[in-house]
Formats: sequence, C-alpha cells, structure tokens
Amino acid sequence: MATNNGNAATLNAPHGKRSWLHRNRIKMAPWLFLAPGLIFFFIYVIAPIFESIWISFYAWDGLGPKEWVGMGNYVELMDDDRFYTSLVNNVWWLVLYMLAVPAGLGIALFLNQTVTGIRIYKSLFFFPFVISQVVVGLIFTWFYNPDFGIVGIVWKFFGASPPAILADEDLVTFGIILAGLWPQIAYCMILYLTGLNNVSPDQVEAGRLDNAKGWKMLWYIILPQLKPATFIAVVVTVIGALRSFDLIAIMTQGGPYGSSNVLAYYMFETALSEYGFRYGYGSAIATVLFLIMLVYISFFLWRMYQDEKG
Amino acid sequence: MFPKPIENSSAGVRTGYQIILPIALFIWLLPLLAIFLTSIRPAIDINQGNIFGMPSDFLLIENYAAVFQQSKAGMYLWNSVRITIPTVILAVGLSCLTGYALSVYRFKWAVPLFFVFVAGNFVPFQILMVPVRDLSVNTGLYDTVKGLVLFHSAFQLGFCTLFMRNFIKALPYELIESARIDGVGEFKIFWYLVLPLVKPAIAALSVLIFTFIWNDFFWATVLIQGDHALPITAGVRALNGQFVSQWQLVSAASLLAAIPPVLMFFAMQKHFIAGLTLGATKG
Repeated sequence: MATNNGNAATLNAPHGKRSWLHRNRIKMAPWLFLAPGLIFFFIYVIAPIFESIWISFYAWDGLGPKEWVGMGNYVELMDDDRFYTSLVNNVWWLVLYMLAVPAGLGIALFLNQTVTGIRIYKSLFFFPFVISQVVVGLIFTWFYNPDFGIVGIVWKFFGASPPAILADEDLVTFGIILAGLWPQIAYCMILYLTGLNNVSPDQVEAGRLDNAKGWKMLWYIILPQLKPATFIAVVVTVIGALRSFDLIAIMTQGGPYGSSNVLAYYMFETALSEYGFRYGYGSAIATVLFLIMLVYISFFLWRMYQDEKG
Repeated sequence: MFPKPIENSSAGVRTGYQIILPIALFIWLLPLLAIFLTSIRPAIDINQGNIFGMPSDFLLIENYAAVFQQSKAGMYLWNSVRITIPTVILAVGLSCLTGYALSVYRFKWAVPLFFVFVAGNFVPFQILMVPVRDLSVNTGLYDTVKGLVLFHSAFQLGFCTLFMRNFIKALPYELIESARIDGVGEFKIFWYLVLPLVKPAIAALSVLIFTFIWNDFFWATVLIQGDHALPITAGVRALNGQFVSQWQLVSAASLLAAIPPVLMFFAMQKHFIAGLTLGATKG
C-alpha cells in the first residue's frame, strides 16, 4: 500500500480538460461516499452529545422555556444522595463485571479441546449472550424470588429462610451484577476461544520442551499471545458495566429506595420522571457518565492510533 | 494447542472430561431450561409450588397460543421485525460507503473522521437521550417505527463503519489502483470491485446488528409509547405486568422474544463470531 492518491491523480491528469468535478474526482469521491452516513451520524450522535452538555446548564421540563442555571444542576448533584449511591454502584459494576474476563478465559480453556461435538458445546455456552437482557433480567428476578425461585428452594433445602435478594438494600446490586455476568462471561469466552485458536503451536511446543506447564505456560506463553483478546474483552466489559440499564429497569427499577441505581438508570429516571421531566438535571447526570466513559474512549482511541501509526 | 489436547491424556481423564462437559453445560444453561419447562407447565403446577420439577402436564401449544390470544405479543414481534430489518439494511448499507471512503482514500480527514465514528460508537446512550427524544418529538418521529429505525441506523453506523473500514483496508489495494489506471470510475470501482469482496463483512455485520437491535430495550422505552410500535423486548416487560404471577405465560413470552436472535445465531454462527471477534485476533 505504498502508493497514494497523488499518483493516481497524476495518472488521471491527461484527461484534465474535462469538467471540474471530473478533474477533482479523487478529491471529491471520499466526501460523496461519506456524506449520507456522516450527516446522519452527525445529527443523531455527534450533535446530541454537545446539546446534552449544553442542556445540563439549564432547568428544563422539556415543554416550557429553558431557564439558565449555570452550574446549578452540578451543584445540586454534589448534595444528591441518590447520585452518590448510583456512582458507588457504578464502581461496583465496573469492578465486579471484570470477573467476566477471567471467568470467560476459564471456560474457554475448558472448552478448547477437539472431542466430538465440542462445536455444539461451544455454541450452547455462548447462548446467554444472544438473548435479550430483558429476558435475562426476568429469568433472574424469578430465580431470586424467595417463594418461587431457585434461591428459595436451595435455602429451604438447608432449612434456612431464604433472603429476598432484590428487596435487600445491601444485596440487590450484587444480585443484578450476577445476572449481568452470565451473558458477559459468554461474550468474553467467545473472544478467548478465537484467541486460543490463533495461539502459535510452535511456541507452545517450545514451552513444553522448556518444561513449562500448567499455570506457568498459561502466564508466560499463552496470555501474552491472548493480549488482543484480553484488550477487547476488557473494553467491552467496561462499556457493558457503564451501560447497565436493562437489567436494572427490569429487575428493580433502581429500588429498593434507589439502592440499586446506577448513573445510566438514575439519569433516565430523573429526565423522564413521573413527577415531571427534568431534562436539565438528567443531562447533568448524563454528562458525568459521559466524562467517565471518555476516559476509556480516549484510551481505546490512543491504542488504535498507535496501531494505525505502526 | 493449549491446554494439552485431551486425547493425549489417559483414558480416565478423557472419560472424566466427557462426563463433566454435559454437566457443566447443564448448569450453565439451567436458567434457560427452567424457563422453558415453566413455559410449558399448567398454571396449577406453579400454584402448588411445582416449579423446578417435571411439569404435571405438557402444554407447549396451549401456553404459547395463550400468549398470542391474551396479549399483543404477535403485534410486538411484528414491530420488532419492522424495526430490525430496515435498520440492518440502512446501517450496513451506509457503512459500506463510509467504510470505503475512509479506507481507500488517503485524505487528511480520513483518520480523524474514522475516530469520530469509533468514539461515537462507545458513548453512553444517556448523553444522547434528551436531544434525540426532543428531536423526534419536534419532527413527528416520536412514537413511530420510522423514528426508531432512523436513530438506530445512525447510532449503529459507528460500529459498522469501524468494522467495514478495517475490513476494506485489509483488501489488496493494488486491485483498486489498477482499476483506476484502466480508467474505471470511482463509483464503479466501489460497486463492481469492492462490494463483491466485502460480502463476508456484510453478512457478519448484518447478523450482529440484527441481534443488537432486536434486543434493544432502552431506545424502545425512550422513543416509543404506544403498542402500535412497541418491539417485543419492551413488550415482554409490559406483559410481565399484565400476566402477574402467571409465570408460565411470562416465560413463554420471554422465550418468544429470544428465539429470533438465537435462530439467527445458529444459522449464521460463523459470521456472527467473525463479527464479534474482529480485532480480537489481530492488533
């Protein structure tokens, strides 16, 4: 890919007496190809980001006129207990969701064999990821039900009275994260299975000759080669953790008493509250969430930029 | 290969592995099995506390028919189709164009614009929610299938462009160059030369976007209000309220919502995994 457009343009030069568009077609072409997608993406994704940040400086119910409040919404956030609960829960999500990465690796290692029927096993293990989180949420809500659910049955089997996980302020977030881990582990597993497929057999053999086995082999020879898979797994898990919305909406709606809220759900709840829309305040919460995400986005782009250069 | 291939192990280990494998799978998919068994149970089982045992009667057809008769599940499913299919076509189609522009032409905006698409793909939905909802209300697109399709397509362009651009970039550039020397027009190169080559990418993206959009819940909640446009994911939640404590019907409806992406995954498994793991194998 050494040649660039400059050469192609010079090659077209002999035809140069034609229309301006024709002469400049190499220059114009990318913009014509880009235009529909770019305009569309700008209207629905790029512009709204800045609009949201702008709206976060206003008090607005979505209907009447906007009222400028400056940093007012952010000042209010500083004293909002529900905001802090959501923030703390987001940290829990980020930390505990990361368990999906090693767990996915574990299952991938377990399944990376060539016995008969293994392909079916791999696809079936991947199943939870394909299912809507709404369905996952309903299944786990039912599992956690102390009267009807599996939790109730297991606890009663041991003669204990079952906890109402989703009604317990201290347990509820962990219950929801566990439900979220189920599909996320499946996702990480598939990333690692593909990664393991591409591990160089020569290096594994060389390692075996050097008497590396088990954990040592995994740590020094396999994991370095799985780095790209790990990178993607971490990225999608972080994003999944910060985007957690569906499960909370289905399982608890942030309750009991806001104890399972996260920023994504709290923003939605505030902006479209039944007690009147608070677009400005909601946008301030969204902006905080966006800034947190921006750390990861920048990191990802920086990594990509390094790859582009190299 | 790592871990050590099991066929090189002793017979005992091999048998052990063959036994553990189905047990592990059974535990892993226990939630799904339980919900399936429940979906074919008579209501009396649930009232009597027979929830995880064998159903006393198998009402596969009766329960699923009841979901369609007693609720708008049929309409919700149809809405999901009307939302998902046009989104897949629009997002994948447009991303062929953007991906082509950003990979084949080397102009100074190519990398910055590419990064804009990538970054846009990662933003939290909430930062878009208020303006997008407001825009939809003002343009009469709120509470319509069309409005949801337009938004979904635009948002998915981020991921689709990332995917397409990288895929086209990996094609041999000499092909395009020699076509240019032969005087083939830019659009003809795209249409007759590049498009046939990106078919695998189109297939992979289509199944992925199908699954993402079919399973979307957030935007359906934000942009849709009435049953006439509600997709099945949001519909299942509505049904959950309607069929209070009729777990067999809620389960059946949930499985109905899950079936299309599952079928899609099985039919196009190779493409699906290729799509998800793009970038995981290189770089």
